[in-house]
Amino acid sequence: MNSLSSSRAFGLLLRRDLLLAYRRRSEIANPLIFFVLITSLFPLGLGADAVVLRTIGPGVIWVAALLASLLSLDGMFRSDFEDGSLEQFMLSAHPVSILVMAKVFAHWLVTGLPLLAVSPLLGVLLSIPVEGIGMLLLTLLLGTPVLSLIGAVGVALTVGLRQGGVILSLLVLPLYVPVLIFATDAVGTTVAGIPVTAQLYILAAMLVLAVSLAPLATAASLRVSLS
Amino acid sequence: MIHFFHQLSSPRYFYDFAGRLIPWLVVACLLCMIPGLYLGLVEAPPDYQQGDSYRIMFIHVPAAWMSLFIYMVMAVSGAIGLIWRIKLAEVISIASAPIGASFTFLALATGSLWGKPMWGTWWVWDARLTSELLLLFLYLGVMALYNAIEDRRTAARAAAILALVGIVNIPIIHYSVEWWNTLHQGPTVTKLDKPSIHLSMLIPLLLMAVAFKLYYAFLVLMRARCEVLRREKNSRWVKDLAGEAT
Repeated sequence: MNSLSSSRAFGLLLRRDLLLAYRRRSEIANPLIFFVLITSLFPLGLGADAVVLRTIGPGVIWVAALLASLLSLDGMFRSDFEDGSLEQFMLSAHPVSILVMAKVFAHWLVTGLPLLAVSPLLGVLLSIPVEGIGMLLLTLLLGTPVLSLIGAVGVALTVGLRQGGVILSLLVLPLYVPVLIFATDAVGTTVAGIPVTAQLYILAAMLVLAVSLAPLATAASLRVSLS
Repeated sequence: MIHFFHQLSSPRYFYDFAGRLIPWLVVACLLCMIPGLYLGLVEAPPDYQQGDSYRIMFIHVPAAWMSLFIYMVMAVSGAIGLIWRIKLAEVISIASAPIGASFTFLALATGSLWGKPMWGTWWVWDARLTSELLLLFLYLGVMALYNAIEDRRTAARAAAILALVGIVNIPIIHYSVEWWNTLHQGPTVTKLDKPSIHLSMLIPLLLMAVAFKLYYAFLVLMRARCEVLRREKNSRWVKDLAGEAT
């Protein structure tokens, strides 16, 4: 048991979570359907004017992605908390932040990556031009891992609570806003034909910051929640 | 000195000490606030562009400073509570949150009142306004999380972690007017070279800033005293205190 290296533990936990997700496919599909549904509500509510849709499109897709990510977050630690395996993770010899990292990565693969796959389609539906769709994909690629990482902190803080869902959105959404601002700004600026390196660098910086700090904060929050 | 801090971190000693300190802080706060308000609202000359309506800044600017300052106090004392498990740091951290939220709201509300005649709108989605609004949400999140968890100590530690995570927003608010060229005007006092504000306006502004700091100081001590009593309600000294009162 002691010979298990931390990177191997990371891999095993990642594999376990992906396997669990694969066994419960409908739960994966729900946030994705939610994402598509929310986005398709906007043309219905605002009218099908292509010019309007093009200007609000990136924002709509990003807000929908935010909400879909929020919806799927709650399950990140919930079942592990309920069956007690979360406590076993805390007791293991490996740094909790590495195990958290594996869980967050699995969560992103299961919920963030599918969003990326669907979003070009939604981009077309909202008549975003092609170069805008490319940039949308790039911002989603940089941004959705940040959402999962920040969300993990929020979930870890609320995992022991009975109605954690509402509080979770109150905790996490304000922290999501910077990602939303820079990502949608990048897409809008690309469509206007202006270079967007600054916004992309800031998004990348947020990702680096979140990867390096959020697992530590999540591990600390789990310790508090399970104490 | 170290002995003093050790004593202060004992809830009972803190309760007595804060009780004696509060009246002095109240007096000092009034001594700054009354001349500050008089100089600001009556004596200071009207602005050459904005006339008299700029005077709201004597409330608005110190409130905005306080919103950031209190967040830092909350996060730092929360961190102290997390690391060294000092109960009193947790108490100060959690007692600060509603006061900070109030100052943030005050800054937003006065800014909006000023914005209507000056910018012609109550609200714009400008970088500084938006980030200040986010600060309000962060405060509300910390308070909501603290109230959602039953065990006081666990709740305080969870809230402290959240406050520390939210600290990334503070530099964004502080530098938003320099990084982004937005509608909100740039800093005129807190910069390294000479302040670009006239002395007759600077003095009341600074007086008000000190007054707000003192106001926060006695308010947080009062709230912390209540919180200490609530947490220590089963201890002997609180029971003795309650016995004296009845």
